[in-house]
Amino acid sequence: MTYLPYFVAAWLLIVGLYGIITSRHLVHLIMCLVVVQTSTYVLLLAIGFRYGAIAPVFADVPVGTPAVDSVVQALMLTDIVVEATVVALLLALAIKAHERTGSADPENLGLMRG
Amino acid sequence: MSFRWRKSLFVLSAAAFFAFYLWGLRGLPGLGHYPGPYGDIINAVVVSERHVTDAVTAVNFDYRGFDTLGEEFILFASVMGAMVLLRKSEDEEIDPPLDFAPDRVAPPMSDAVHLLGFLLAGPLLVFGLYTVTHGQLTPGGGFQGGVILASVPLMIYLSADYECFCRITSHTLAEVAEAAAAGGFALLGLIALLFGLPYLQNFLPLGETGNVASGGSIALISFLTGVEVAAGFVLLMMVFFSEAFVLRAIGEDKPEKKQKTRP
Repeated sequence: MTYLPYFVAAWLLIVGLYGIITSRHLVHLIMCLVVVQTSTYVLLLAIGFRYGAIAPVFADVPVGTPAVDSVVQALMLTDIVVEATVVALLLALAIKAHERTGSADPENLGLMRG
Repeated sequence: MSFRWRKSLFVLSAAAFFAFYLWGLRGLPGLGHYPGPYGDIINAVVVSERHVTDAVTAVNFDYRGFDTLGEEFILFASVMGAMVLLRKSEDEEIDPPLDFAPDRVAPPMSDAVHLLGFLLAGPLLVFGLYTVTHGQLTPGGGFQGGVILASVPLMIYLSADYECFCRITSHTLAEVAEAAAAGGFALLGLIALLFGLPYLQNFLPLGETGNVASGGSIALISFLTGVEVAAGFVLLMMVFFSEAFVLRAIGEDKPEKKQKTRP
């Protein structure tokens, strides 16, 4: 029994969070958020994985062939695409924040501006 | 909170999280010993119940269709949000773009990129359409195919230039396509209600397994999703391109001026 992917998921989560809290640039912060989200992919796909099983596509194999979990794969699939658009939204926010404050450092966002 | 404090707080909470995580892992099966049952049940019944050979697509657009509807509206809202944020306000000058570093010449795109973009545009279009329409048979479907389709204008941009990208894409068309596809997905669920079925129930004839026209509403929803994803990504490319190519030089000197006047 190996638990390696679970540790990879935890590592990605922690490393991404560390990047977020120490980030000095908004684009870097958004990329760290992507790393955090990647940890959920690794964790869920690892849970659905099965040794010696095929992908859950029965186009040319008989039904009943051992296959990996199709539910987590469907979850990941939609999430990867949706995440890309959410990142685009965040990048748009970063552009606007930079226009407003003249700085891309998240530390400077909290300042009140009249 | 100072930087050092924040870091030490993080180290403490990360250590606590990791301890709980290790504790939680004891209850999980090791890698490769998936215990089921949900995936196994769907894998076993999907072909006979829905006449679809790709279980992932069936989960996405049928068994979990309502959830996918929600995800699709996250996508829709994100694209709309990015467009609203990057819209041109009246005080921003659009033309002509100012160049603040005229002495620095932008590096020319290499011939290899031009050629590859030119060669890939056609095959990617066909491959994208194939992926969108064959999601019920082989790996693929609206989400993957939509992204592949959206990369076609990107290839055109790489092989030619920004003007060419603008010529082959239409903002209005992309907006209408995205809205119509998102609305169509929701509407398809309502049509099921008309027949007295639950929302988003597969109500179309299932067809013959292995045929492109199989799976009932799965193929239709997959197609609508493909249109929405492709249109959404094209819209995103358009707003970001216009930001980078037209407004880059103009918009940036304003905040600096503001800061200088502040005491």
